Amino acid sequence: MALVCLHGPLRNLAGGCATQEVSGADVKSVLRGLEDLHPSVSGWILDERGTIRRHINVFVNGERGGEETTVAVGDRVEVLPAITGGT
Amino acid sequence: MTELLLGTKKGLFVLEGDAGAGEFEIRARAFPGEPVDFAMRDPASKRVLATVTSPFYGPKIWFTDDPAGEWTQAEGVALPEGSDEALERIWVIVPGDGGTLWAGGDPGVLFESRDGGQSWELNRALRRHRIDDNWQPGGGGLCLHSIVPWPGEPDKLSLAVSAAGVWHTDDHGETWRRGNQGIAPRYLPEEAREGATQLCVHRMERSPSMPERMFILFHWGVYRSDDAGQSWTEIGEGLPSDFGFPIALDPADPDSAYVIPLKGDFDRVTPDGNVCVYETRDAGATWTPRGEGMPDRDAYLTVLRRAFDRTGEGRALQLYFGATSGDVFGSGNAGETWFTAATRLPPVFSVTASA
Repeated sequence: MALVCLHGPLRNLAGGCATQEVSGADVKSVLRGLEDLHPSVSGWILDERGTIRRHINVFVNGERGGEETTVAVGDRVEVLPAITGGT
Repeated sequence: MTELLLGTKKGLFVLEGDAGAGEFEIRARAFPGEPVDFAMRDPASKRVLATVTSPFYGPKIWFTDDPAGEWTQAEGVALPEGSDEALERIWVIVPGDGGTLWAGGDPGVLFESRDGGQSWELNRALRRHRIDDNWQPGGGGLCLHSIVPWPGEPDKLSLAVSAAGVWHTDDHGETWRRGNQGIAPRYLPEEAREGATQLCVHRMERSPSMPERMFILFHWGVYRSDDAGQSWTEIGEGLPSDFGFPIALDPADPDSAYVIPLKGDFDRVTPDGNVCVYETRDAGATWTPRGEGMPDRDAYLTVLRRAFDRTGEGRALQLYFGATSGDVFGSGNAGETWFTAATRLPPVFSVTASA
């Protein structure tokens, strides 16, 4: 299980929990697992193509990752709005 | 009392006021900091629906019974999973007959709701055209921005896409056909205009009292149709510029239309710093400037395609439009005189009015 850390409205969509334990071998499967646990999250992080939205950053153990970044048991997956998104 | 729903770059503003007195005040604000592309009050359910495109989390439709209270996210506002493109934005929501709601968006998509906006279903027949025909986007994206039902005929619907032209259905969206005859895209070489499908319609409206009468603002050109949008005739002569985005009609008069000319695609502001609406009452044969009460100098405003709406009709027709400057102007007497309904708001993306 990886530990997914959520902020802002994503936390509310995930039932108010700041962290969630989710299984998955890479970032995309972890995020899909999060959607399975909390269907309200669907469409908020991954779009219809299965791509992380342009202005959302995902970090694995403090390093920026993408959909295919490998995730191991105990890894910390942090989902954050990017500084590029606001105008 | 008249209610204005203003979609702005920084949230939804709900204004309430008296068009006769020309006084409006902000009654509520929702989605602070978020771009609200469009908002409307459903005449059937009285519910307010808003389309919000979070730069972080993507486009969503929300609904509420009280804009100052809690909002609920609608379901189904997405392309099918595994698509090779994503939903970018919802441009407009329009009530159809029998409680149906229609929503149009980018990339050229149409959604339908039969439960007052709680859940939405993608129109797959139109989606097929978009994929097979490889529609080209305009400057604002591949936006389906105008949806015009046919009053009393729930299966008949027309819509406009920038830049994929005008489309019609007579079977509730099972099949679609184009309706572009007579539209001359001046942005294409003359020899490429005949039969062109890359058509940048800016906005389309249908006269409620004579549904076969329609109007469009085009990317250069104001057009009228008298055959339900199959063919179009240019009617922009007499305007200071036939470039603009929004158009509004008086429901009581099928010969009426109001447009807000901008200087051109090279400079999308009110010409000569003069804010002025132009009115026709003879189906576009002549145009009369209607600017009394609005700035006639030093005002270089941009008015976007969904930022002009009306409520009422005839001599009591109320007209409202907002600009990216954050100014909102209104008229309670069919454009004869104007007042400032709001100022110093965030850039206004859309205006809808109800009384």
